Amino acid sequence: MKLIFERSRKGVRCATIRPLEVSTYSVEKKYLRKELALPEVAEVDLARHYTELSRNAFGVDSGFYPLGSCTMKYNPKINEELASLPGFSRVHPRQEVDTVQDSLHLMADLSADLMELTGMDGMTLQPCAGAHGEFTGLLLIAAYHESRKDTKRTKILVPDTAHGTNPASAVMAGFEVVNIPSNAEKGVDLDALRAAVGPDTAALMLTNPTTLGLFEKNIEEISKIVHDAGGLLYYDGANLNAIMGVVRPGDMGFDVIHLNLHKTFSTPHGGGGPGSGPVGCKAMLAEFLPKPSIVKDKKGNYEFSCPKNSIGKVSTFYGNFAVMVKAFAYVRTLGSDGIKEAAEHAVLNANYMKAKLEDIYPTENRYCMHEFVVDIQKLKDQTGVSAKDIAKAMIDKGIHPPTMYFPHIPGVIDESLMIEPTETENKETLDEAIAVLRELYDLAFKDAKYLQEAPHNMAISRPDEVAAARKPIVRFEGEY
Amino acid sequence: MSNYLSITEQEEKEMLEAIGVSKPSDLYADIPISLKNKALKIAPGKSQQQVMEEIEAYAKENVVFDSIMRGAGAYDHYVPSVVRYLSSRSEFLTAYTPYQAEMSQGILQSIFEFQTMICSLTGMEVANASVYDGSSAAAEAAFMCVEKNKKVILVPENVKPEVIETMRTYLSRRGIEIKVLKESEGYIKDGKVDTQMLEKAINENTACVYIEQPNYYGIIEDAEFVCDMAHHKGTKVIMGCNPMTLALLRSPADCGADIAVGDAQPFGLSVSFGGPYLGFMATRVNKDTMRRMPGRIVGQTTDGQGNRCFVLTLQGREQHIRREKAMSNICSNQAHCALVASMYLSAMGKEGLKEVATTCTSLAHYAAQQFTQGKATLKYPNNNDFFHEFITVTPTKAEKIVEKCAKEGVLAGLPIGPNEILWCMTEKVRKSDIDKVAEIMRRA
Ligand SMILES: Cc1ncc(COP(=O)(O)O)c(C=O)c1O
Repeated sequence: MKLIFERSRKGVRCATIRPLEVSTYSVEKKYLRKELALPEVAEVDLARHYTELSRNAFGVDSGFYPLGSCTMKYNPKINEELASLPGFSRVHPRQEVDTVQDSLHLMADLSADLMELTGMDGMTLQPCAGAHGEFTGLLLIAAYHESRKDTKRTKILVPDTAHGTNPASAVMAGFEVVNIPSNAEKGVDLDALRAAVGPDTAALMLTNPTTLGLFEKNIEEISKIVHDAGGLLYYDGANLNAIMGVVRPGDMGFDVIHLNLHKTFSTPHGGGGPGSGPVGCKAMLAEFLPKPSIVKDKKGNYEFSCPKNSIGKVSTFYGNFAVMVKAFAYVRTLGSDGIKEAAEHAVLNANYMKAKLEDIYPTENRYCMHEFVVDIQKLKDQTGVSAKDIAKAMIDKGIHPPTMYFPHIPGVIDESLMIEPTETENKETLDEAIAVLRELYDLAFKDAKYLQEAPHNMAISRPDEVAAARKPIVRFEGEY
Repeated sequence: MSNYLSITEQEEKEMLEAIGVSKPSDLYADIPISLKNKALKIAPGKSQQQVMEEIEAYAKENVVFDSIMRGAGAYDHYVPSVVRYLSSRSEFLTAYTPYQAEMSQGILQSIFEFQTMICSLTGMEVANASVYDGSSAAAEAAFMCVEKNKKVILVPENVKPEVIETMRTYLSRRGIEIKVLKESEGYIKDGKVDTQMLEKAINENTACVYIEQPNYYGIIEDAEFVCDMAHHKGTKVIMGCNPMTLALLRSPADCGADIAVGDAQPFGLSVSFGGPYLGFMATRVNKDTMRRMPGRIVGQTTDGQGNRCFVLTLQGREQHIRREKAMSNICSNQAHCALVASMYLSAMGKEGLKEVATTCTSLAHYAAQQFTQGKATLKYPNNNDFFHEFITVTPTKAEKIVEKCAKEGVLAGLPIGPNEILWCMTEKVRKSDIDKVAEIMRRA
């Protein structure tokens, strides 16, 4: 594919604006740049360029996307249309508060629904993604301990199965990370947890269902151990889709949570964002939430306020507002009944695939939640075909591969695929994917090389990642 | 009522049989019964038609102004139809982060093109795929400059207040101090940074200086002087830029900055009550800042047949590889906004972008002149080097002026003091609107 710069031809114009109605102001010369390089293309070139790029991309609308931990459910179109209404999209964030009552109303109502859904007492919509939410939530925890003069709580406990953002967020929030190993059932090892907690424990971060797609059965005991030691419990909401409407993090003992509106609440991922990562908390933490918060005055008008001991701002304005509109439309469409139904079907779909695959793709021997992790180690030992090879071969079949090599517990889970079908897929789609995975398994024994060289039907074959990192080319350096 | 499931009752039955349970809720056997929900206090589901009506009603009472003369971090520019149309293609919108390169060349290439355009505007050599917004970009950049014994970030007061606040939140728990250099203490003169005063504030503990171009007051900084002086004193400079102004202004790299950051919202993203916007970051390849840069970076390479292709690269910096040793926790960023921005820049092109920027600054200078015909004055009358934002001081209260403008369908500038307004002109503002406001200002 040509780069947009390679389509550029001097002097060609695309978009045009109203001619200047006043005299031209010339910026003082010493401030002016000498040259500017940007592509010069006609509208037809632009349309063809991006249409070509889109044909070499794959979204949920293109096909099955069982990418574990990412909840690639269908993204309803009505949500997109609503978010782009002028009453939302043309409203400036610094307008006077009496002119933005509806925006605040929507944010307050979305917050209330999310609090009810998660069992929390306070909520901020300011974080822009899951990791941003983790960071915000951990700052709340830090502020809480500090406010109680409990200043020795410097450690965050993180299970070895946690997503990489968990430990990275803990360090950004000024904590040290202590890794907690998993037990034989792939849950938190309670003895290791008991040994790790103490007067220096600020919190334990947990995903439930875990990143293996299993419900953490010992959650009540875990909550007791952490709280008895004076620590708090943080909920990574990436996997809420399995249990929304069924069990609430707040009732499980979690004190702080983040949600991923771009996973559970059907807003599109956009090829890597924008997302939205609201943070909820129990009452004792609400005074630390980011500013501004939204409150209702006696006359029923909304206004901005600052929580008493706010941690401050985590982004410029109020978060990714347009994403909130989409999530709100989703919550209002499904409602209390539909939310639970969606969770149940996410779990149903995952268990169906698991049941149809586990004779050849080993996984944990219990019901999974919304996703399950299969172990390819034995297949690799027998045939040399790795998790990556299976994944790449799925591409040829028009299926987006599952998540590879996560979670990673060296020596325990190395070669893995994490499959999350989501609730919006039907049985036919699942059956096709099951057939593909079974066919590839058989093929591994017959023609390993074919799989090791997959994909075969795409515009490119496997890229040389080592060369990319060794001599980085990170921008187009040619003339245009 | 609508739940987006696509399964039939018969299929559900077959699937339950295959699993060996009688109903979906049986699969929740691992969840302690005592924890399971009672009914949620959330409205029951609705039809799509009802949801459309319900949420449209939420958008009705927000005031949509005909003409927006307010910036202060959110800029109302014209967005060509082709940008909205092409960017909403579902292959872009509904894709995940491009982990599977063979299936995601379109997304990867679009990020590579975005990186190239950010490098072109900033003069830098490497840009990332985006961070959340301009404030988090500034905070992450400041952290890139911190060293063991250099943990103070100097920030003059004439930058966006939200950036200072976000930097504080991001950095204060890591032993990093944000020191704000006040106008009242002489660090800002005629609206811009006083380089000599700044020099006195720098010492061996200073990690970097953060300045904005143009600054919060709309004024163009003598960035080159600041950079030269700072480097002389052994400290780095981060320049926070409104990238629209870079169509005309010298690039941060040309001025000598070590890192360029900012919010690229002006490139095709609607103001949308504050988000999603688009944080960008760029630096030089040979600086130690590159290996400390957060976020995704796309690199060019070849496949087995020697075809040019693109991949996520230098991932050794990132959380999924490094966990607690990562430079940042960022994972999902604002990729789709970056796509919109590169489409916008391609649609405007080199000449178009210059025209937009020239129109903005010309309208702003016309407005500043027209607004100061009566008792209103510019806050910094000795400094005419502002780009498309400027501050007026009036005997009349700022909020009164805002009210009068609102009656004319105009969102006035942002009141930043009882009698001070920060105005912004973009190419969307008509001369006739400026003249209407000038009438109001004449009597202010
Ligand atoms: C378990 C888990 N936690 C956290 C995150 C981070 O979320 P985000 O990408 O929105 O920052 C992810 C996303 O991939 C995840 O799967």
